[in-house]
Amino acid sequence: MRDASKIESVISIRGLRTGFGDHIIHDALNLDVFRGEVLGIVGGSGTGKSVLLRTIIVLNRPLSGTIRVFGQDMANLSATERLAIERRWGVLFQNGALFSSMTVAQNIMVPMREHLALPDALMNEIAAMKIAMVGLPPDAGAKYPSELSGGMRKRAGLARALALDPEIVFLDEPTVGLDPIGAAAFDALIRDMREALDLTVFMVTHDLDSLHAICDRIAVLAEKHVIVAGGMDAILNCDHAWVREYFHGPRGRAAVQANR
Amino acid sequence: MTQAQDRGPPFPQGLTEPAVIQFSQTGSICTASARGQWTISGLAEPDMALRHWQPEKTQKVVFDLGTLARQDTAGAWILHRARRDLRSKGIDAEYTNVQSEHAALLARVGMNDQPAAIEPPRSGTLLMALSEIGRGVSEAFMEGRALLGFLGLTMATLGRTIANPSSMRWTPLIYHMEAIGLNAAPIVALISFLIGVVLAYQGATQLRQFGTEIFTVELVAISVLREIGILLTAIMVAGRSGSAFTAQIGSMKLNEEIDAMRTLALDPVEMLVLPRVLAVILVLPMLGFISDMMGLFGGGVMCWLVLDINPALFLQRLHEWVPLAHFWVGLIKAPFFALMIGLIGCYEGLQVEGSAESVGRLTTKSVVEAIFMVLVLDGVFSIFFAVIKF
Ligand SMILES: Nc1ncnc2c1ncn2[C@@H]1O[C@H](COP(=O)(O)OP(=O)(O)OP(=O)(O)O)[C@@H](O)[C@H]1O
Ligand SMILES: [Mg+2]
Repeated sequence: MRDASKIESVISIRGLRTGFGDHIIHDALNLDVFRGEVLGIVGGSGTGKSVLLRTIIVLNRPLSGTIRVFGQDMANLSATERLAIERRWGVLFQNGALFSSMTVAQNIMVPMREHLALPDALMNEIAAMKIAMVGLPPDAGAKYPSELSGGMRKRAGLARALALDPEIVFLDEPTVGLDPIGAAAFDALIRDMREALDLTVFMVTHDLDSLHAICDRIAVLAEKHVIVAGGMDAILNCDHAWVREYFHGPRGRAAVQANR
Repeated sequence: MTQAQDRGPPFPQGLTEPAVIQFSQTGSICTASARGQWTISGLAEPDMALRHWQPEKTQKVVFDLGTLARQDTAGAWILHRARRDLRSKGIDAEYTNVQSEHAALLARVGMNDQPAAIEPPRSGTLLMALSEIGRGVSEAFMEGRALLGFLGLTMATLGRTIANPSSMRWTPLIYHMEAIGLNAAPIVALISFLIGVVLAYQGATQLRQFGTEIFTVELVAISVLREIGILLTAIMVAGRSGSAFTAQIGSMKLNEEIDAMRTLALDPVEMLVLPRVLAVILVLPMLGFISDMMGLFGGGVMCWLVLDINPALFLQRLHEWVPLAHFWVGLIKAPFFALMIGLIGCYEGLQVEGSAESVGRLTTKSVVEAIFMVLVLDGVFSIFFAVIKF
């Protein structure tokens, strides 16, 4: 679909080293995320997938290494430049991280209210449209997060992440805690959104079906760095022990067959 | 790739070419041409223009999107809404020169045109206000009844624990006694001392006008021992520990820890409520005693400084003229106040539901309710002691 000459790296990570105290999580980690792709990040529990995501979106400070987003080094930006970049991405945290004192619609309007000067009527309309886009029923707009199910909360979180039409969305385990039908619907939603909005998606996931269904490329995190990154075929041919076990284990095989 | 400097804030691709809508009329066809960056940051103006636009004597409106530079969902939405509104008025409206990359988005926005509620409905009429009051009153009664039920539950659990002392949770009990009592002792002592000082000073200045300043000793002693010492302590404990009970139990409730206890066949009342309530009941009289002593001490110091009543004289006067009954009247109220504070704190904690906001709301409620109930109870005791002439 994408032609090779247009490939542009929107996130590029070089020689990243992160850690807490003397516990090093990543060392000499390199990774590229290309415009318009869905990149899946996999790795065992505690290998630092969430930490990597948080480091890219500057919630964690790296010990060394550079992270470039849209070609700009995140470490040397002024506050306003950083804000400008932050508005170009949206983040869906694992549990939605919705503001509990606001309704779903108000949650979606927060970024618009804070960053833009738009008429209220337009903000309401846009919020309603986003609610429809992520497949929530219209009455969900006036509900508080505590009145939603886990899957609805994820959708609402996605709607908020998409409020400003970002170019990149970061998703931390978006399908965890959803039933298989809900998870498949969420995969379809992300694929649709990607097509329609020309999104780049950075997705941490353990869901083998998601990996097969929507990811263009997969990056495997192990031994403190990305041991292999590429399309599903490249991953299936990788002979690293953990990768073999992950993708050729009973669940991995089932997913491969299901998606053949 | 473009240089970093070209992409100035706030919107890197925007602002060079603002979103514009221009109207032109040829015959009965009106053309609205959209130019520039139709992205969410710069849409306020075209939104207003299209919202208030009333095409006249027009059979057909054409939206010319040929020179649209960039478009996001919000931009597509405004165009879609304008076309939809025209069509609903019976005017034929079409897009022309749609660029291929914009067509999909326009279609998708069209598919997701559904109004959504923003806030739960609420109205502000007089009737609403009245029914609000009615609901408040009936809720207060319901709450009173529920609290009574909770008292019964706690007492039943206490009874079971007394019958079977091995089920008593000693460690939390001691922990809470330390948190509620020992840790609060310094502040209770300090405040009581200051109140004693203030009472003695005010009493001395007023009574001196009548030459009866020696009665300052009785004034301080009776008011501190009978009322102020214990009331002050109870209010401090309600604010310090009652609120802590609600917040602790409330956060556990949010985290589903209470549900987890139930599924493990553990009784939350026995595990959480009983140690806290017992701890307040045991500790509040001690704090009240400290408060009494420090209040008298503060009064004594002030009497010495202002009235030249030396400590020996103060003690003698206290001994001769202030019956011990006042001390007992004050102290006997302590366990009842404590029960109120502990019960309300834990009960409100268990009422937490949904969100962090509910923890905050119920914590406030528990403190206000506990202090209110302590004062009501104090009034009841005053009447009771007056009737039995104690
Ligand atoms: N704030 C923190 N302080 C100290 N250590 C941390 C912190 N956050 C994460 N870690 C450590 O970093 C490591 C990686 O954590 P991370 O949450 O990124 O794992 P993960 O790959 O997302 O795992 P999972 O698949 O279980 O979510 C873990 O060993 C964790 O203990
Ligand atoms: Mg994680």
